[in-house]
Amino acid sequence: MIVTNQVTKSYGDSCVVDGVTLNLPKGGITSIIGPNGAGKSTLLSMVSRLMSMDKGSVTVDGLDVTKTASDVLARRLSILRQENHMTARLTPADKIHIDQAINYLNLDALSHRFLDELSGGQRQRAFVAMVLCQDTDYVLLDEPLNNLDMKHAMAMMKLLRKAADELGKTVVLVLHDINFASWYSDYIVAMKHGKVAAQGTAEAMIVPAVLAEIYEMDIKVHQIGGQRISVYYG
Amino acid sequence: MFIAILVTIGLANISLFVGVSDVSLASLLSSSPDDRPMQVLLISRIPRTLAILLAGASMAIAGLVMQMIVRNRFVEPSTAGTTEAASLGFLVVTIFAPGWPLMAKMLVSAVFALGGTALFLRVLRAVPLRDVLLVPLVGIMLGGVIGSITAFFAYRMGLNGSLLAWSMGDFSGVLRGRYELLWLGLVCCVIAYIAADRFTVVGMGSDFTTNLGLNHQQVMVLGLVIVSIVSAVVLVSVGAIPFLGLIIPNIVSLTVGDNMRRTVPWVAVGGAAFVMICDIIGRLVRFPYEIPISVVVGVVGSVIFLYLLLRTRRHAS
Repeated sequence: MIVTNQVTKSYGDSCVVDGVTLNLPKGGITSIIGPNGAGKSTLLSMVSRLMSMDKGSVTVDGLDVTKTASDVLARRLSILRQENHMTARLTPADKIHIDQAINYLNLDALSHRFLDELSGGQRQRAFVAMVLCQDTDYVLLDEPLNNLDMKHAMAMMKLLRKAADELGKTVVLVLHDINFASWYSDYIVAMKHGKVAAQGTAEAMIVPAVLAEIYEMDIKVHQIGGQRISVYYG
Repeated sequence: MFIAILVTIGLANISLFVGVSDVSLASLLSSSPDDRPMQVLLISRIPRTLAILLAGASMAIAGLVMQMIVRNRFVEPSTAGTTEAASLGFLVVTIFAPGWPLMAKMLVSAVFALGGTALFLRVLRAVPLRDVLLVPLVGIMLGGVIGSITAFFAYRMGLNGSLLAWSMGDFSGVLRGRYELLWLGLVCCVIAYIAADRFTVVGMGSDFTTNLGLNHQQVMVLGLVIVSIVSAVVLVSVGAIPFLGLIIPNIVSLTVGDNMRRTVPWVAVGGAAFVMICDIIGRLVRFPYEIPISVVVGVVGSVIFLYLLLRTRRHAS
């Protein structure tokens, strides 16, 4: 279980994450949604000890992330951030020693190309494969669908679903596409202005009233094939 | 790899037999060990050849390590203020403690090199640069500032000549007993190889490093120490060799990639072979006189550097 207690981060006067207290259950997929600038990525960075927090605490399975040795945490939790500038010329095979993950993400044909020779989407898949190779109980991904086309976005979400269901991983994602969040998540946390605006199961969260509150726009929700699909295009 | 090592050994053998004094297999065999050919070989030629191999390999490795920890292709000790800081340190110790053994002087120089490089990293952190080419420019400017301070004090103390000798790498003065410090460079290369995976991870950025549970700061410090010691050792033994740390790692990176576990041997052998070729050219161009290695490397190196720069530009656009 990931527990955050009154986690706060400010840059100058602006409070980006404002006293967030959350209990993210172990197992399953939790998606963090919310408008731009809501503090989603900052929260994820603090949970994964990449960024320090001004106030509050985070524990992962009872381990305080600011006090636990980094290599101990690295065996329990892995993180992929949004922007990954890579100057080093590495091939996916350099970084990922497990063929399985390459296979999972359809990277077989690309495993000997240098990362800077891959397209954005291919590189994104290579990064996710790398994080999955760390084989930790908790996998934190900040917008893993960035740069992916529909086919690969779907494959990625299916893979994460499989990792949660079959391997018992706890996957925490920042997602912008609320339909992906609706379709694949067990639990959804919505953030707004640095605070948790709402949280609950996908059924409870993907309803017009809640979405309108979060995004300040009119969003219709339709039931299609047993899934809740939001329509917000016009 | 095997072929590369053979070629380097071949070049080293050529180097043994190039020089004003006649040293050849025939003359070695036909004279007794106490005669001139054997003595020249033992006292001058072999030390010189070893010095070239050691300095070439370790400077190239220093460049490689620097590029990984700064995450920029165009930095190396001479484009980051390191060499100039080492030079300043050597000047300071020469002025205040001229009687110290060379090892102690080298250590002072290494400490200055460390300080200079740390300052460079500090400046980079304070001024985040979007353009990769600005990073070495900042380093060259910093080096210029440190260099001018050094030049000022050297001028005041009448040490201009010595300063010139340090800043112009040259293997002609290498004799037995005056190059052995360079073995420390080899030690640094071995350490770089042992820690290769750590440097590769640091080359992926601090977030990745932390994610994998490595202490980013520690690896950075280890890298800085390696770079500083190599720079200082090479500076006090044979003088600065510019561009070397830039050219070889870049060429290796283009072909082999950046997984340091694989590139360290290539870079080390490549650096040794490149300096060996440049030194042989320097000795042959106006035989029986010599051109300092720093001039040859500078000319060849700046051409390759320009090519790499233009190539990046085309790549980017």
